[in-house]
Amino acid sequence: MDKGFVGQAVKRKEDPRFLTGTGSYVDDLNLAGQVHAAMVRSPFAHADIRSIDPSKALALPGVVAVIVGQDLVDAGINGLPVGWLLDGLKTPDHPSIAVGRARHVGEIVAAVIAEDRYLAEDAAGLVEVDYGTLPSVADVSDALKPGAPTVHDDAPGNICFEWSIGDKDATDAAFAEAAQTVSLTLRNQRLVANAIEPRASLAQFNAGTEEYTLYTTSQNPHVHRLLLAAFILGIPEHKLRVISPDIGGGFGSKIFNYPEEVIVLHAARKLKRPVKWTAKRSESFLSDSQGRDHATEAELAVDGSGRVTGLRVKTLAAMGAYLTTFAPAVPTYLYGTLMSGQYALPNIYCEVTGVFSHTVPVDAYRGAGRPEATFLVERIMDRMAQTLGEDPAEFRRKNFIGKDQFPYQTPVALSYDSGDYEPALDRALEMVDYRQFRQDQAEARRQGRYLGLGLSSYIEACGLAPSAVVGSLGAQAGQWESSLVRVAPTGIIEVFTGSHSHGQGHETAFAQIVADELGVELDAIEIVHGDTGKVPFGWGTYGSRSAAVGGSAVVTAVRKVRDKAQKIAAHLLEAREEDLEYVSGQFQVKGSPDQAVSFGDIALQAHLAHNYPEDLEPGLEASAFYDPSNFVYPFGTHIAVVEVSPETGATKLLRYVAVDDCGPLINPLIVAGQVHGGIAQGAGQALLEHAVYESDGQFLTGSYLDYAVPRAEHLPSFETDHTFTPSPHNPLGVKGIGEAGTIASSAAVANAVIDALSPFGITHLDMPLSSQRVWRAIRDAQPAAAAD
Amino acid sequence: MDKVSVTLTVNGQSYSREVEPRTLLVHLIREGLGLTGTHVGCDTSSCGSCTVIVDGLAVKSCTLLAVQADGSEITTVEGLASNGELHPIQEGFWEMHGLQCGFCTPGFLMASLQLLERNPDPSEEEIRHELEGNYCRCTGYHNIVRAIRYAADKLSAAEAVAGD
Repeated sequence: MDKGFVGQAVKRKEDPRFLTGTGSYVDDLNLAGQVHAAMVRSPFAHADIRSIDPSKALALPGVVAVIVGQDLVDAGINGLPVGWLLDGLKTPDHPSIAVGRARHVGEIVAAVIAEDRYLAEDAAGLVEVDYGTLPSVADVSDALKPGAPTVHDDAPGNICFEWSIGDKDATDAAFAEAAQTVSLTLRNQRLVANAIEPRASLAQFNAGTEEYTLYTTSQNPHVHRLLLAAFILGIPEHKLRVISPDIGGGFGSKIFNYPEEVIVLHAARKLKRPVKWTAKRSESFLSDSQGRDHATEAELAVDGSGRVTGLRVKTLAAMGAYLTTFAPAVPTYLYGTLMSGQYALPNIYCEVTGVFSHTVPVDAYRGAGRPEATFLVERIMDRMAQTLGEDPAEFRRKNFIGKDQFPYQTPVALSYDSGDYEPALDRALEMVDYRQFRQDQAEARRQGRYLGLGLSSYIEACGLAPSAVVGSLGAQAGQWESSLVRVAPTGIIEVFTGSHSHGQGHETAFAQIVADELGVELDAIEIVHGDTGKVPFGWGTYGSRSAAVGGSAVVTAVRKVRDKAQKIAAHLLEAREEDLEYVSGQFQVKGSPDQAVSFGDIALQAHLAHNYPEDLEPGLEASAFYDPSNFVYPFGTHIAVVEVSPETGATKLLRYVAVDDCGPLINPLIVAGQVHGGIAQGAGQALLEHAVYESDGQFLTGSYLDYAVPRAEHLPSFETDHTFTPSPHNPLGVKGIGEAGTIASSAAVANAVIDALSPFGITHLDMPLSSQRVWRAIRDAQPAAAAD
Repeated sequence: MDKVSVTLTVNGQSYSREVEPRTLLVHLIREGLGLTGTHVGCDTSSCGSCTVIVDGLAVKSCTLLAVQADGSEITTVEGLASNGELHPIQEGFWEMHGLQCGFCTPGFLMASLQLLERNPDPSEEEIRHELEGNYCRCTGYHNIVRAIRYAADKLSAAEAVAGD
């Protein structure tokens, strides 16, 4: 390589527009003649919709239309599809607007279209809906009880699916022979993703060409187009252009097809005017697919030498009232397959029941299944270490998969292709000064202060993934990624990627890759994403796949361009291709740098084709569709240090050390940012965040006054480092880093709090470890233990 | 609804608009004036994405009616850079990677501006405390704290030069 942008902490190319207020988020866009939509949402978790009277709303001057569920049915519009199927999966109809019955608080019952946003909201309040309330249930355990209110008639007992992975008999045998077992009953609480930009959609319909344009907050505009066109609207795919411009964070919540997108598209066609909808935050709480929400029983077995021999897991996973796009994959293939963690754990059996309840749908939220698995594994490893009286770091080390054991086939389907876990653990222990901490902790306890340290040695399977593999597991999608590299006559390089950036910095990181391959400056490269009208079909951004899969597509395409450029150069220099080398943006004859032709001159000649090889097509562009041969397996060890106040139960996160291995870093600034943000979300789950439903499904935490998002004061500065184990199977060697922080950190922080509380005899508390919950636990603890 | 006239100065330019009395200042700024750099992230005045400077004070522009801002002087994110040169606080966020998706960023920039006016040499703890009115979901705040320290150092260096 000539330059070496890859690996450098390059300032982001996209930042100036965000810093000057000139970004273009969906709500910033306005089209001539546009009208605004406001949604009428069910205030009840379960109710018959006996009638809807829109007359008062329609009487308000400036109100253009009121749309109800039957209108969509009459227009031939289908419900929202599910993109991942499991054996026996129940897939009840999921209409964009409820027809006859509402099944969660916030479900859309009608949509009002008016000349302005305020008027639309006024009118939404005037739509009279006659509800007949029905019994309802929110909690997964309650929903499975005999006689519980049923969410869907075609899903008896509220069971959405029953799924398992691993060898039950072998695992049972391991438990029968165990020297010691521990069990853990835990709730992994429901969360709300809370991208700071609320979802928004703006639809336009061209009656002449019958083409729709949808500007929407999407992490994967082609997936949106495919599902909206082929499955929901029933229109030719090329008649819908989906544009996802600057997007203010996603964290999973902007992967899915949402009803509001269908409604604005329908209304735009019907009214022949652009229709815009922007969520209020209260609507985000009630309508963005939520995350986590597991009720789990787990057991871990060890042999006489303290080596783990078996893990048995039984999980009830909340699905909410309907299945959104990838919901069934999250608590199954993204969860059960991670149960081996970093450990040589020969026997695992995990069974999961997906449960419907009268709540907002649950789908992927940053990490998606893998934080839930990691929390369980890392929590129960701590329990076992504590039970055996072993040091939690050394207990982990003893059970790590050795670096000479790769590729390592786990008992839960995944084959880890690479890994070296001890250096990350050692580095994290060194950074936190583990021995010193234990001394400080003992001294603090003598003073009545409660310090705690928690470890989380995580594995992640991301960079989804070989298409054939995910297809065999139920995905109704491929998981390759596309890239098109197009060189203009002036030498400007446009790179079109099916990946999508909503904060990840593709415009910089992908440009760094291309700049190195072609020996050009970053300014010569434009990364284009987020527009189905410009970009070849791609699967988008989620599951930490952008660098590993999208980046691999980019590098594959750009190498094709370079190969073609070499042919043109050979012709221009009257030399053989193999005698050329590429140095500093030009091809030159090896050993004679004065015989050279620059990339810019080649680009021009590729377009003029005046002096050109006879057997070569003009033009200079290439595309690649990169299908990975395996997942990538980032890993690392995170350590949290906390102090818990015995008087108030308040936890202060004092230090957070993260050592991650995501292979080589394309841009250390961006990687660090991803780690920091991920840690904050996991720490938020551990200490603060909780989407709370009343037992009847009324949603109690529908605003920022009720749902605690971490603020700057809640967090310390993070201490980060890396080990470097490249992925053996992609051209950049990179592994995903977008979710690692979240996957690791809830367990690290929770383990630290439990460690701090161990003098009270407390061995487990569910998240969030709020001051109230911790204070109550201390109050209820054995006084004798506290006096120790 | 009867409309009322509001006149205000935004980023040095005077605007007069007819608005409904209930119009929030942020909606006037975004939709009435077309200055879409100021964002709306919530409906409870919690997230701070809509923070602007009103008569020298950092204000969440969703908490103010447009009519309440009649006659006032406002600075939005669009008014921070001058002559194509980024303000040191913008520069700090760029240098320190203090933003990812960029949606909360304008609010943080405006809040930070005032933070540094009140306290030109803030400690990390003070920065974190003063940012309690602004949510960021991407950065974990780590680099935002550094960005503000960068700006503090740059501004104080500029002041030292000016004072020489």
